[in-house]
This record gives sequence, C-alpha cells and structure tokens, in this order.
Amino acid sequence: MTTAMRARGAGRTNVDRFLTLIRVTLVGLIVVGLLAFIAQQISPDNPFAKWTHDGEAANRLTWAQFRGLVVTGVSQGAMYGLIALGYSMVYGVLGFINFAHGEVFMVGAFTGFIMSNKLDEAGWWEGIAFIPAVILTVIMCTLVATATAVLMERVAYRPLRGSPRLIPLITSIGVSFFIQNVVILLFGPGAKSYPQPPAWLKEKHTFLEIEGSKIVVFVVAAVSMAGLWFLVERTKTGKAMRAVAEDKEIASLMGINVNRTIVTTFAVGGAMAGIAGILWGLVFKSVIATTGFLPGIKAFTAAVVGGVGNLGGAMAGGLSLGSAEALAPLTLLEPLGVSGVSQLRDAVAFVLLILVLLFKPTGLFGERLSSDDRA
Amino acid sequence: MNHRMLDIQNLSVTFGGLDALKDLNFHVDEGEIVGVIGPNGAGKTTFFNMISGMVSPSSGDILFEGESMVGLDPNQVTERGISRTFQNVRLFANMTILENVMVAQHCRTKQGIFGSLMNTAGFRNEEREIREHAEKVLGFFGTRLTGYRLEQPAAVLSYANRRRLEIARAMATKPRLLLLDEPVAGMNPKESAELTELIGKLRTEWGFTIVMIEHDMNVVRDVSDRVVCLDHGETLAQGSFEEVSNNPDVIEAYLGRPLEKRA
Amino acid sequence: MSATLDQPDSTTTTLVSKGAFDLDWRRVFNTGGLLALGLCFISLAGMPIGLNGRKLIEPVLSLGYLSLLWLPLVIGWTVGNQTVLEGMAATKRGPRDIVAGAAVGLIGGAGLALLILLVNNFDLRDPLVNWSPQLLEVLEFDAGDKVGRTGFGIGLWLIASTTLAAFGASLHLMPNNIRKAVIAATLTVISFAVFETFVIDVVDFLDDLIYAKRGGLKVWSSIALGVIAFTASLSGAGRQVGAYKQAYQANTGPSKRTQTTTLVLVSVALLIVIPMITGKITQELFANIGIFLLLALGLNIVVGLAGILDLGYVAFFAVGGYTTAVLTSPNRGDSWPDWFPLMPWWGALPITIVVAGVVGLFIGAPVIRMRGDYLAIVTLGFGEIIRILFLSDWLGGYFNGAQGITNVPPADFGFMEVKGTDPRAVFYLVLVFAAISIYVSWRLERSRLGRAWMAIREDESVAEAMGINTVNMKLMAFVVGAILASFSGAIFAAKVGSIFPTSFLILISIIILVVVIVGGMGNIMGVIVGAVVLIGVLGGPKQPGLLAELGQYKLLIYGALLIWMMLQRPEGLVPNARRSRELHQDEFLQDAWLKGEVDTDDEDLPEGAQA
Repeated sequence: MTTAMRARGAGRTNVDRFLTLIRVTLVGLIVVGLLAFIAQQISPDNPFAKWTHDGEAANRLTWAQFRGLVVTGVSQGAMYGLIALGYSMVYGVLGFINFAHGEVFMVGAFTGFIMSNKLDEAGWWEGIAFIPAVILTVIMCTLVATATAVLMERVAYRPLRGSPRLIPLITSIGVSFFIQNVVILLFGPGAKSYPQPPAWLKEKHTFLEIEGSKIVVFVVAAVSMAGLWFLVERTKTGKAMRAVAEDKEIASLMGINVNRTIVTTFAVGGAMAGIAGILWGLVFKSVIATTGFLPGIKAFTAAVVGGVGNLGGAMAGGLSLGSAEALAPLTLLEPLGVSGVSQLRDAVAFVLLILVLLFKPTGLFGERLSSDDRA
Repeated sequence: MNHRMLDIQNLSVTFGGLDALKDLNFHVDEGEIVGVIGPNGAGKTTFFNMISGMVSPSSGDILFEGESMVGLDPNQVTERGISRTFQNVRLFANMTILENVMVAQHCRTKQGIFGSLMNTAGFRNEEREIREHAEKVLGFFGTRLTGYRLEQPAAVLSYANRRRLEIARAMATKPRLLLLDEPVAGMNPKESAELTELIGKLRTEWGFTIVMIEHDMNVVRDVSDRVVCLDHGETLAQGSFEEVSNNPDVIEAYLGRPLEKRA
Repeated sequence: MSATLDQPDSTTTTLVSKGAFDLDWRRVFNTGGLLALGLCFISLAGMPIGLNGRKLIEPVLSLGYLSLLWLPLVIGWTVGNQTVLEGMAATKRGPRDIVAGAAVGLIGGAGLALLILLVNNFDLRDPLVNWSPQLLEVLEFDAGDKVGRTGFGIGLWLIASTTLAAFGASLHLMPNNIRKAVIAATLTVISFAVFETFVIDVVDFLDDLIYAKRGGLKVWSSIALGVIAFTASLSGAGRQVGAYKQAYQANTGPSKRTQTTTLVLVSVALLIVIPMITGKITQELFANIGIFLLLALGLNIVVGLAGILDLGYVAFFAVGGYTTAVLTSPNRGDSWPDWFPLMPWWGALPITIVVAGVVGLFIGAPVIRMRGDYLAIVTLGFGEIIRILFLSDWLGGYFNGAQGITNVPPADFGFMEVKGTDPRAVFYLVLVFAAISIYVSWRLERSRLGRAWMAIREDESVAEAMGINTVNMKLMAFVVGAILASFSGAIFAAKVGSIFPTSFLILISIIILVVVIVGGMGNIMGVIVGAVVLIGVLGGPKQPGLLAELGQYKLLIYGALLIWMMLQRPEGLVPNARRSRELHQDEFLQDAWLKGEVDTDDEDLPEGAQA
C-alpha cells in the first residue's frame, strides 16, 4: 500500500488547492504561449505580439531556423537519452539516483578529448583514417567510462547496499564532487578542445540540412539503443538485469548472481554514458570538468519524464527534453514577451521535470520499479 | 439504542485486474466488537486500508458517524476518530516507547511553532497532559511498558510487547473506532488469553468500538459480539460466532470441499 | 558485527601466533597497489608542487612533502587493522604486522618510483597538467644537477615509504598509552605547524619564539612540542578530559541543567572575548564560519529533523540576500517603481523573512509529496532556476543580472552600524542570529513538531495513519529552514556590500550538506563542530580557511570526506544517540542483546523491577 495508490480528492487541503492552481497556471501559460507563437508566425505584428514586445513586431521564426532548432534539439536529446539510460537502469535496480553518473559521461568526453588529440597529432583525425580513429576513440571512451562506473559501484555503493535510501544518494553526491575535482586537478581547470574534425562533419547534408556531426549522433545513438535493446530483451544477462530490477531477493533465489548483475548494470549504463561523451565532444568540440553536471541532471529529468526504470522511456524522455529545450525558448517564452530567452534554456529542463511530477509522476510511459522502490 | 457508527456500502476496489473487494456491505454499531475472519487473501487488510484512508475505493461509500470518509487522507480519518494497528507491527522503532505513544496524540493537540518557541504555559501544560495520557495508556498493559522502559527505544521490545505497544499507540489517538489487525498473531496461548481479556476491557473501560481481524478462533469466539467472514472480497456470512463457524460456505472457504462434492 | 581490537584481550579471545612472513599477500599487494595509486595521484594532482611553498618545519618539512608522507603512515596503520569477529581467533601482534606494513610501504614507494622514472623519460604534459619538471624537482628533493639524483630520489622515497608504513603498522604493537601519546605528539606538532597563522594571531609572542622567520616551526620547537604532548598524554591529561565528559553524559539528574547552563555561558563568554584579542584574519574567519553555520543550522532542521534532502537550499540564501539588497541598496535595478521603499537593514529584515517564508511555501508545496530522491533533484532544479532568474537579462531590470546589486549599505540598526570591513562586529551579529537559530532548533526538536518530524522520518505512511498531517509538517520544516537561510543571506549582503548571482551556486548547497553530515545530522552540536572544522580549516567555496594553501584541493577533500563519512560514520563526528541507532540498527540491537537490555520475556514485572 503506498501513497501513490491513493487518489487525491481534488482540493481537499490547502496544499492541494494551491497545487491545482499551479497546474492550471502552468498549463494556461503553455497554451497561451503556443497560441501566441502560432499567431506571430502567421502575422508578426498581431496585437498580442505588439503588446508583449513593447509595441514592436515579434520576430518570426523561419522554416530554416525552426528546422535547425529541431535538429539541434533532437540530437542533444539523443545524447541526454543515452545518459538517461544509465540513471534509469541504476534506479531500477538499486533504487537510488546515481548523482555521479553525469561525471561518468564527462569522463567519457574527457577520454575522447585525450584520444582525439593524440590521434590528431598522429595525423589520423582526418581523411579516410578518421573513421577507424573515431571507432577507436569510441571504444576507449566506452571502456574508461565503464571502468569508472564499475569502480564507483565497488568502492562507494556496494558497502551501502541496504542502507536507508538517502544515504547512497548523498554518497553519490560526494562521488560526483570527487570525480569532478580529480579531473580538474589532473588535467587543469580550463576547457579542453577537441581537434578540428574533417570538413564533412561540419557541412550540412541531405535535404534536411543536418550537420554531419549530428548525423553521426543519430546513427550512433540508434545503434547503441538497438544494441541495448538486444542485450536487455534477448540475452540471458539482460534477463538477469530485468529480474534483479524487479525483485533482488527472489532473483537471487532463482540462482542469479545479484552482485554481478548489478555490476553489469552499472557497466552498461556507464558504456552508454561514455558513448554520449564522445558524441558530445564531436558536436561541441570542447569539454570541461563541469560538463557533466547540467547534462547529468537533465538526463535524470529525461529518465523521469519517460518513466524511471523504463529504457525506451528514458530515450523518449531524452528526445522530448532535448526538443523542448531547443524549441521552448523561442516558441513559448519569446511569444510571451520574455527577453533574453537563450539564458533561460537550462531552466526549461527543470520546469519540465516539475511539470511531469505535477501531472504524471510515473512518467509518460510508466515506471518499472521493484515494489520496495516504489514510493 | 446504539447508533450505527460505521456504515460501509457497496465498497469495491480493484488493483490491476484483481477485484480485491466486491460490493462489500458492512456495519458496526457503537459499542460493538466485531470479528472479521476469512482465509488469507480474502481482502481483510485491504478492507482496513480502505477504512483508514490509505487506499481509495473504486466505488462505494464509507460512512463514519454519517460522514463520508472516501477521499480523505489517513490523518484526516484518524482525526475523525478511526485508528488502527498493523498486521506486521509498524512501530517507530528508533523512538522511545513513550515517544511512540506521545506522537500518536498529534492530532488531538494543537501547540504549534509559537508555543514551542516561547515555551508558553499553554505549551508546557499540553506537554504535561500528553505525557500523562501516554503513561495512562501504557499503564493499561500492566507494568511491562512503564517505568524504565519508557525511555527505551521501541526496537528492543519483545514481540508480544511490540504488539501491545502498537495497540497502545492506536489507543493514544483517542479514537472512537479501533481497528485491530491480527492483534494476537504470533503470541503464545497465555499471551493471547491475556490480550483477549484486555480487548474486552478496551470496550468496557475505555469505551472503544472495535473491529478486529483475527485468525485465532478462540479469541474471536471469546470476545466478539458478531462475526463477519470475508472471502475473495465478498461477505460470506455474518452473525454470531456459532452461526458463522457452522456455515458450510465458511467451512469450505477454510478447509475446502470434500472430493465427492465436485462436479 | 565486528570489533576491531588493537590488543586482543587474551582472556576472552583466542590468540593465534603466526610467523613474521605468514601474511595475507593478496591483501598486502592490493593495499600496496592502492598506496601506489594514491601517491601517484597526489603527485599528479600537483599537491607536492603547490603546497611546497608552505614550510611546516623549517627547513625540513613542507606541506608539499607532508601531502605525500601522510599516506603511507595511515595506510600502514590500516594494514595492521584486524577485524576480529565475536568468538573467532585473533592473530597475535608481532613482527608480522611490521613486515606487512613495510611490504605495503615498499610497493607504494615502488609505484612512486615508477612515476618518477616515467616523468623523467616521457612527456605526458599534454593531458596531465602537472607532469612537469617542477614535479620532478620536488620528487627528487631538489637535488640540483647532481648526476644520479633520480636514483637518490627514488631510493629516498622507497625508504621513506617503507619506514613510514612500517611505523604506522607498528602503532598497533605499542601498548595503548604509548600509542595514544605518539599520536598526540604527532598531531600536536602538525597542528601547531599547520595552524601557524591562527596560533600567532591568538598568542603573538609565540611567533618569534617557536616559529622560524619564513614560516614553519623551528626544528627544536617541533621536538619540544612533541615531547611536551607526549608526556602530557602519558601522564593522563586525556583521561581527565575523558572522565569529565563521561561524568557529564552520565549525569541525568537536576544538576545537569546547571552543568549545561554553565557550559553554555562559558562558551558564549569565550566567543565574545576571543575575537577581541585576535587579529583580523581570525575575526574574518570566525565571521565566515558563522555565516555558513547559520545556513547549516537551517539545513539541519530540514534534513536532520524532518528528513527532507533539500539540495536547492542555496535558493533561500539567495532570496534572503537579494531581498535585503533590493530593499537597502540604491543601486538596485531600474525597473523598481519609484515608490518602492529604500530602508535600513533592520527594517528590511522582517520583509526578508516573510519573502523567504513565502518562497519556501511556493517551492515546498509541489515538492513535499515527492519521493525523497526526486525531491532532492527537484529542489536542486529550483535552486538552479532561481539562480538563472537572478542572472537573467529578463529580470535584469530588477536584479541587474550578472552585474549584481552593488552598494549594499552595512547593517544599520539605527543606533549602530555593522560594517563589512569590521569582521568582529559582523561576527557578533552572526553570533546573535546563530543563537536564535540554535534556540529555534533546540526547542522545535523537543516539541510536538519535533516528535512528528521524527515519526515522519521513521515511517511516513504510519505517521499519517497516526493522525499526523505529514504534508503540513514537512512544509513547516521547509519554511523554517528557508527563514533561517534568509538570515544568513541578509547578513551576507550587508557584509560583502554587494550581491552577485555567482555567489549562489549549487556548490554552496552541497558544502552546507557536507558540513551538516560530517558534523552530525540532526544534532546542533554536531553542526557547530562540522562548521568550525570544515569551514574553519578548509574554508568555504570562495573563502579561505586556516589552510588557505589547500584552496585548489579543498573541493576534492570535501568530496572525499563526504564519501568517507557516508561509508564509515554516517551519523557524523558528533553523533546523536538516536541517529546512530537508526543508521546502525543491526549492530545496536546485537549490542543491546549482548548487554541484556533486550526485552526477552514478558512476565508482568513486579513494580519497579529492572530487567
């Protein structure tokens, strides 16, 4: 029996009434914003636009701009989705948020930085040699990120199995902090750049005018998801992972080595984050020790949006979050008269989290958790 | 004439595809002790969960003193006078025995931040009253839960004492209706007998109306005015203990059907 | 369940003798490897270079070398740790431990030697920033251009690491009182060396007496201090203190109240008097500790009492700071209407409190029903949203965006002013508010609210079933926490004289959390100790502590400390009995069973009988 099962009588307590008010206000703002956007696309100097923009006509979004935003949003969303998989899997199995997962992603991006620069020095980062170079880099990033995740589990989380729930969360905050600072101390606090990629990564291709780097992101993310799906649904390891996520005790009674499965879960999540890291490097071409922090939190938001424990949901959540982040500033906030919307981008993710938790706390696609992790 | 205190009408709840309770009708009059029996999985604890507000019904109504309890939060239900114990004793293990019983009086007391910070006379008086009432409630069980035990964490208690503390805690919320979920489970015959007597005293000395889920038929027989048997979410039989225990459907629910009866 | 015994009690435990080389070699190699990794990491993180400037014992020991030397010592000591399970045999102490320590030290030293060789011959400066000639200089002991200096350096490190680790392990062999004396001596010398600036500030005639001109203890004074501490410990000074402490804790009678009151009065007197005699640096340090202490006390109510992990706590600090700034500074954003008042600090304070409370309600209401971990992330999100809003151009008209609000006047009480340039006055102001916060925490804990919070922490659904309106209770904790944080924000604004959005990073929430946890969650004394130790020694996010040299490394230490505390001692340095019980339930129950405190039968006891 859980609190979640109880349907709230609407407006029963003051807090409930307040929450309903907030829900209504938020939905109202979104609806008005979207309508204003549509209005300003049709006619940039409609009276509402004039009112919200101090008498001037609103800026209309061109098709090219819009398309660009969508592409950016979806590619970034794919990366968030890959990171979100790790959060989702660990939460599904151990029931806590691995705050340090964002740092695993950052470690992957850093490995990519080191590898790509070394390969560039050797002349491999262009021309035909580029493809094997990238593959080698991806493999290394995945390995290092996986190792980091596994080490994390062994040192910091395994001793805490069975502790009250907030303890591992707090520990993971410590781990996150620690890894960030290890990286700063070893490699210096400044931003590190990736070497210049070959020209085709920067050019736009196909009728959709997508940059090459983003095409790489889509392809790699799709392949990784497919690989993950295969692992989880069709292999014995995957079955063990699903069983342990469902009920650790019974799984061990069925002969599954729970410890090893948990390590595998961390490893797979870490691998996904590592892949996201190198992709991030290819798209943004720079990485710094704090690169993991915001995307990490946003990726967790994506996991919640899609439904924690639900892997397809994590990717879907990531894509939704990425698109919302890219589109909302200009399609929602700007029409409402908010200035300087690009600064507020990061806030979009958090607002989305709050929205989902207010309206559908189990996520868009439903969560998959063991009974003791549910509320 | 004792009025109807609790009136449950056509109560149903479904979990996933399972109908845990189907159109249940049930009532308790003031001053009664009603025993609820039934095989495992019959829906008895779900029934309690619904009355106490921890689970919402799919349909039907729960009327307590004429007021509908459906949709209320558990703490609101307790405020209105219904209190319960749990089948698998859920004490506040790291709080002392006294604190367990003091905190149960939360909804009957009102000192807030101001009183606490200013240490007003009202605050001090209320704290004293809370403590006195707690000791009185604990004293109901003899000297077991009193004296030096008051300051010990609840975790060190023996099993039987935990069950007693659980009941004491429910008593401390000053309810009118007390729901006891398997009060003597796991106790030896001597302990059960003693507790049966105490349950009787809960009615006569403290004025509680009691609904009790139990598997131990001796206890049910000795203390209930009326017995209701549930199975698969429905009422199978109601009446005195003799009537219900001799009811063939009830017997079948517990023991099954003899071979030759199967079609 | 385990008991680590340094000297296994030969009367109750079986002692097994093992040969000097009969070691668990696997464990030795693993530990040695860990030591090697640790030494290499410390080197590559640049600590020997960065900290080399600070001399501890002139001319022998610098903080840079200490940053490497402490590790073999401590790891050697852990190698000697034996976990003896109840009823199992313990191994007798002997040369075996020393050999184990030495082996571990040797392996660790070899790792460092390998690093030296690598740095000499390869250039990995590209990713690893500290792979530099400066590192070599330090690691090879500035041996100048002598040929074979690498060999000299390697040899010296091997010897140092081996001996230190062996020494660490040998600590287990010493009788208890000697060991305590040795530890006391080492700690005293190191403390005097490391806290030089503080010591001089308090007692400045010691400057010429025991410290060298360029910093660091003189060699003879370090030896003298060591000897004094050693003899003091042996003569039982520690035992006296321990006895007092025991007596105080055991006293449950009415005289305890007078004891506690005396203690409190004495502490307050000290706190008022000490800033009058120390220099400005210490006063500034005290003021900083105080500001963070206020924040920690507030978070303690939210996390420690009510069990709500609020990672966005810094938002209330920001709200307090900005509200005060907006109400007192003429330099606030241009969009404020002309009629919007400008008032002195004491006038702005009540408004700040109300605004913080309202913001607390706004943030609290949506989050209060969420699961603990979700709540943590959502509050983190709110913290970020608020910072982004204060930083944004959109609200720049009100808060000046990245430029912040400058020209915040000092805290004006009408009859006196507390200037930011007078850290002592700031400290006294902070002390007043800290006293208020402590009083609030203390009284709430012992009230009906405190009990309700405890019950919610234990089992929320049962608490609700017992009639507690969990939503309101948690919200109340949230709001009280918010108000306490806003005190800190208001004082901070007046002290610094300006408010920038970069002062309110999530980093602050996390550091406050570390302070509360390391000190002892839910426990006022613990929080005070945590703030003093952490902020005082390591410093706040932007403020230096006593060990200002550790500036670059302090965040790393905070992270490591949090992990270590969570793994070893989650109840904190100054644990509160109840919290330790909660966190070590199984061990506590077993201990209670062994001591016969567990209720095993239920006969009706005769009046007044003990179990």
